[in-house]
Amino acid sequence: MPAPKNRSSLGRALDLKQGRIDLAHGSGGRAMAQLIEELFARHLDNPFLAQGDDGAVLPGADGRLVMATDSHVISPLFFPGGDIGSLSVHGTLNDLAVMGARPLWLSAAFILEEGFPLADLARIVESMGEAGRAAGVPIVTGDTKVVERGKGDGVFITTTGVGSLPPGRDVSGRHARPGDVVLVSGTLGDHGMAIMVARENLGFETPIVSDSAALHGLTEALFASGARVHTLRDPTRGGLATTLNEIARQSGVGIVLDEAALPINPAVAAACEFLGLDPLYVANEGKLVAIVAPDDADAALAALRAHPLGARAARIGTVQADTHRFVQMTTTLGGRRIVDWLNGDPLPRIC
Amino acid sequence: MKYIDEFRDGALARKLGADIARAADPGRRYHFMEFCGGHTHAISRYGVADLLPANVRMIHGPGCPVCVLPIGRVDQAIRLALDHGVMLCTYGDCLRVPASDGLSLLKARARGADVRMVYSSADAVALARQHPDRQVVFFAIGFETTTPPTAVAIREAAALGLGNFSVLCCHVLTPPAMTAILEAPASAGGVPLDGFVGPAHVSTIIGSAPYAFCAERYGKPVVIAGFEPLDVMQAILMLIRQTNEGRAEVENEFVRAVSHEGNRKAQALVAEVFTRRPDFEWRGLGTIPDSALSLAPAYQAFDAEARFPVAYRSVADHKACECGAILRGVKRPQECRIFGTACTPENPVGSCMVSSEGACAAHYTYGRYKDA
Repeated sequence: MPAPKNRSSLGRALDLKQGRIDLAHGSGGRAMAQLIEELFARHLDNPFLAQGDDGAVLPGADGRLVMATDSHVISPLFFPGGDIGSLSVHGTLNDLAVMGARPLWLSAAFILEEGFPLADLARIVESMGEAGRAAGVPIVTGDTKVVERGKGDGVFITTTGVGSLPPGRDVSGRHARPGDVVLVSGTLGDHGMAIMVARENLGFETPIVSDSAALHGLTEALFASGARVHTLRDPTRGGLATTLNEIARQSGVGIVLDEAALPINPAVAAACEFLGLDPLYVANEGKLVAIVAPDDADAALAALRAHPLGARAARIGTVQADTHRFVQMTTTLGGRRIVDWLNGDPLPRIC
Repeated sequence: MKYIDEFRDGALARKLGADIARAADPGRRYHFMEFCGGHTHAISRYGVADLLPANVRMIHGPGCPVCVLPIGRVDQAIRLALDHGVMLCTYGDCLRVPASDGLSLLKARARGADVRMVYSSADAVALARQHPDRQVVFFAIGFETTTPPTAVAIREAAALGLGNFSVLCCHVLTPPAMTAILEAPASAGGVPLDGFVGPAHVSTIIGSAPYAFCAERYGKPVVIAGFEPLDVMQAILMLIRQTNEGRAEVENEFVRAVSHEGNRKAQALVAEVFTRRPDFEWRGLGTIPDSALSLAPAYQAFDAEARFPVAYRSVADHKACECGAILRGVKRPQECRIFGTACTPENPVGSCMVSSEGACAAHYTYGRYKDA
């Protein structure tokens, strides 16, 4: 449903070059209808959204459904490898994917700050539309609110997703068992370092690009291998270390990592070194951790590596019995240490 | 990563570990202190202790800039931001240091204080230039490594005539702290030290010469070492050899970065901009004479303590806290009653739990499986 260039049924067309969000865009009147029609509907167009009612009427789905929601606040809004729009689609799709679900539909709610450039909003919504289409998952309903200048940070996006859970799949953070093998689908810390370098004006340039991507194709490939997958997680905020500590606690087990096996891009390793950060605690937006039965580890790893998003997948550790539920690591040096929960935000060290 | 991985190599570490085991006399015990938090971090992060024989014990020293910062200094910074409305700029690891009244700079920010994390002192000067209507204070902490950049910032502010920039100067000095440790009375307990792993980055500035007193006056060997795990292991081997041979010398393992005389230009800058405080309170070590810096008379105009009424008030540590004893090697972190219970990295009670370079935080974060 392409929007008319200069005129709309609602009067003069939105100025997508110079225009800015004002409070009228959230007031429920004509300006809001125009924003929805000329910007949101244009980029997110699909038959469900086009119903134009307060909610989307969806076809019935058989069996179990999975529902997940995720709010996205990020600075900067545009970063190497993505933007808040594509990220808000990938984030929720990945929450569904690591539950073992096949994503079906998404909703999106926007909180916009007065004064936010319409051109930026159009870029973001266009990026969401592209991400949704690439993933084969439509955004079927949405909402927009506008807050006064100073009461938001440009744009906040909350997406909610629904997916179907095929019979026989039962993955959970509670299912890791001693002897299981820990796999990761690729390099660690790319997203977090891309954001940090873009945000902090660090005065050095890096080729680091966010790994933001939808993972349900990769999880489907993993399930198709027939491997008994006990646990799947996407190690986002807090990185791999936080995700593994969550799993260890939920399952009542310990985990031992092999530092030499961790896949890390040299540029990410160097930037972390420079800032005194540990890539184990840096966020990912397109990686998954899979904990699989020991006999199936090779098949699972091969399935991950055969998929474009899993080319650098690696076997990084094993689950063991441990009443203390410690995550430990054999270091490159041959020593051993704990990989603890993150304490607050990762902050650069001085010395 | 080139120039890094070579110093973290597992095969070399095993070889060095075997050399250390061969060199260490099974008939005696060795107690070495690594002064710097950077070394503590490397030892814990890479599990270096696992590669050492049981009779070689490392005592984690006080060289963690955040850990030795007394509560009263953080209180000053918070008062500047909350009561005097300044834009307070500081390094990231200062933000979480607990202060009085359950506050920290991070918590003060949630109460409306304008606290900014900067990566360098130059960023603070840039903020002062961008906000001429605001008073900008740089909360300057750290040992000799971070002092020259602060001197550069102050000189730049002076050259630009920036009337809205000042520095809350809490820079401290390494050699006086080593003296304080060596002078700690026997009544205070403590194991006799056999030597020091000397500072890495600090020594790039001050050189190896200032440690001569350890060897000459106290008969303790010093081996200056880089912050990579193999540097530390090599230094331990050199210390064991000195101890076995009855030598007490200042040796330099970190020759790729440290010279005898250090960085003369940086030293001259520091001498121009700063002067020694008669005494300064350290967290965990108490008040040490001539151990810290304030702004020299010529740069007094940039001293936040002179510009704003924020007198220093000493705040006592928690009674059960054993940080003082831990820093002197009398106790290990796990021997403190509140370690891991009341005192954790999330809610640190004592200085050694504050930063990952502190003895307690390093053991809690990386090594506590050994206690389990």
